[in-house]
Amino acid sequence: MPSNEVIHGLGLDDYKFGFVTDSEPVFRTRPGLDADVVRQISARKDEPEWMLKRRLKALRIYDAKPMPQWGGDLSELQETLDQTYFYVKPQEQMERSWDDVPENIKQTFERLGIPEAERRLLAGVGAQYDSEMVYHSLKEEWESRGVIFDSIEDGLKNHPELFREHFGTVIPAADNKFAALNSAVWSGGSFVYIPPGVELETPLQAYFRVNQERLGQFERTLIIAGEGSRAHYIEGCTAPVYSTDSFHSGVIEIIVNRDARFRYTTIQNWSNNMYNLVTQRALVHQGAHMEWLDGNLGSKLTMKYPSCYLMGEGAHGEILSIAYAGDGQHQDTGGKVIHVAPNTSSSIVSKSISKGTGRSSYRGLCKVYDGASNAKSNVECDALLINETSRTDTFPYIEIDEKSASVGHEATVSKVGDEQLFYLMSRGMDEAEAMALIVRGFIEPIAKELPLEYAVELNRLIELEMEGSVG
Amino acid sequence: MNDRPILSVTGLGARVAEEDQDILKGVDLAIRPGQIHAIMGPNGSGKSTLAKVIAGHPGYEATAGSVFFQGEDLLEMEPDERAQAGVFMAFQYPVAIPGVSIANFLRTALQARLENGEELDLFDFQELLMERMELLRMDPSFAQRAVNDGFSGGEKKRNEILQMAVLKPALAVMDETDSGLDIDALKVVAHGVNTLKAENPGMSVLLITHYQRMLNYITPDVVHVMVNGRIAESGGPEVALGLEEQGYEKYRRAQVA
Ligand SMILES: Nc1ncnc2c1ncn2[C@@H]1O[C@H](COP(=O)(O)OP(=O)(O)OP(=O)(O)O)[C@@H](O)[C@H]1O
Ligand SMILES: [Mg+2]
Repeated sequence: MPSNEVIHGLGLDDYKFGFVTDSEPVFRTRPGLDADVVRQISARKDEPEWMLKRRLKALRIYDAKPMPQWGGDLSELQETLDQTYFYVKPQEQMERSWDDVPENIKQTFERLGIPEAERRLLAGVGAQYDSEMVYHSLKEEWESRGVIFDSIEDGLKNHPELFREHFGTVIPAADNKFAALNSAVWSGGSFVYIPPGVELETPLQAYFRVNQERLGQFERTLIIAGEGSRAHYIEGCTAPVYSTDSFHSGVIEIIVNRDARFRYTTIQNWSNNMYNLVTQRALVHQGAHMEWLDGNLGSKLTMKYPSCYLMGEGAHGEILSIAYAGDGQHQDTGGKVIHVAPNTSSSIVSKSISKGTGRSSYRGLCKVYDGASNAKSNVECDALLINETSRTDTFPYIEIDEKSASVGHEATVSKVGDEQLFYLMSRGMDEAEAMALIVRGFIEPIAKELPLEYAVELNRLIELEMEGSVG
Repeated sequence: MNDRPILSVTGLGARVAEEDQDILKGVDLAIRPGQIHAIMGPNGSGKSTLAKVIAGHPGYEATAGSVFFQGEDLLEMEPDERAQAGVFMAFQYPVAIPGVSIANFLRTALQARLENGEELDLFDFQELLMERMELLRMDPSFAQRAVNDGFSGGEKKRNEILQMAVLKPALAVMDETDSGLDIDALKVVAHGVNTLKAENPGMSVLLITHYQRMLNYITPDVVHVMVNGRIAESGGPEVALGLEEQGYEKYRRAQVA
């Protein structure tokens, strides 16, 4: 019997993009989670015994840990989890033809100015397209320099030692309930290795790769940046992710070895029914430099705090984040910086926009261990409220055990002012254009760090969102 | 034809939205195409309020009378519609728009004037912007600064005139553009306004000021004195010179009487 699933939709405010499809998955586990399900996942992936054991152990940790009581409202999550298919064979999951994609979704893609080929990918249409060619030629170049950029599954298969040496070392299963869950049921994600001294000009873009295998609901990414290497990894897209899932729980582990520089950029726009609970952390060694650039749009609730553990002398960590909370959405985001070694420095810049009944919270931790002499950290969080009903809070946690550390924290909340709106309108912009310009100005300091095509998409998206904010 | 006012304000009463007291208490004013009118008057007499009501500030509401611009009922139009119809106000206190560069701001403002689907030619825009900045003796790098963000008083005023020069209005309302400008800047701004006027002789100006010095450079056709929400006197440039001598005392006495 074909399953008749409602595919929920597109992240833009009104949830108007839901539609029904008749595709039948080739294989999926039954709803809910137990050891049997985990065994099935591992068997499907043809994994070595050690990985199965890891998964089962993680499951026990997951079962033992209570639901977090802080952050966002997770009271309805258990119900969602009980209905979740923890593993759906990826290829078949999104098989669908372009003709099946509803007109209004196509129009949204068009208005966003997303290239045709990419639209197909976003709509889950598994067609071949040009970027595959691009990807293949890049892949050849990367391979010739010893770079590995694979799916996480292929990483485990093809590079078992490297994989085992690092997997779970940055974020152990016991770290938190959702890291445990991911460690038990992970599927999809990237495995990246950059050899020492290799500098990559072209960013490693996940969407090249997930073209063949869709980004999983329990994505797992492991990145190892070798000594003195330089690279930039980009994941996601501002276009609405259009998915059957209502729960996304990823784990991203990054090891930035001595004197390496690594940047991880992710922009995601989830559908409004989505719980998005992600753990992403980098170990930053001596003299190395890590930057997280994190954009969170959409979802019902996002809890995400990219972190940098500054392990070696002179390590530097930076977290730049933008959160957008529309009606009924809660973005609980921020960052963590942990100073373990002397002369380490960090900065967190977080910008949030709340519209309608949207709520954004900044939650951050700055910890300086005893002995991390002359550690410096600076946190700046700015919130912009669009309507009277919008809400924002800040929860900065600061723990300092080292006298010579210097830590700064600054938070601002602003409302889109009537005077600002009038000023722009008196120059001929209508209210939505004026609002969009103010919002774009607000996120400018972060948007200018994005690759151009992402910044352009983000701007367009904000324009679309602001159209609904006035009147 | 030329006798038809571009702006006619008749019996205009206005107040802060939701308040009881009228600030404007019956203002009459008719500006013909190409004319320059100056409004002077004591602090708090309602000059800025008149400017904002003309531009459509949502914080004020008209309680009586009418405002017609090129035959259209301005009070029925949104601020952006008024701007697109050719009304421009240089603010007395312009606000900052952090993160939005002057160039981007003006580009967006010009783009907003085009029909749906039409795209502003960026090359032409860049050329216009640079030419206007040169006219106002502004460093080209200034275009990259965020609008009014951290600007000095004089920079803010000059930026208002830059916007005016780029947007080329049919009616420019300048609210105390001269305050805060140093002597050299005042000359530059006045030269800018006169140049715009020469390019477009039909452009009308409503110039609000406290000082004669601005009027030395931009010669008004008519000078009005506003006192307590009304035009108390109108005349030629000699009215302004008289004020310079005697202040507003005689109007105040007239009111008490
Ligand atoms: N938004 C407002 N809220 C309260 N009172 C206001 C508001 N706007 C104007 N007023 C009052 O209306 C009167 C006129 O103000 P307006 O700014 O028009 O004066 P002005 O003639 O421009 O003065 P100045 O020469 O000092 O610029 C003043 O008493 C002022 O306090
Ligand atoms: Mg005033």
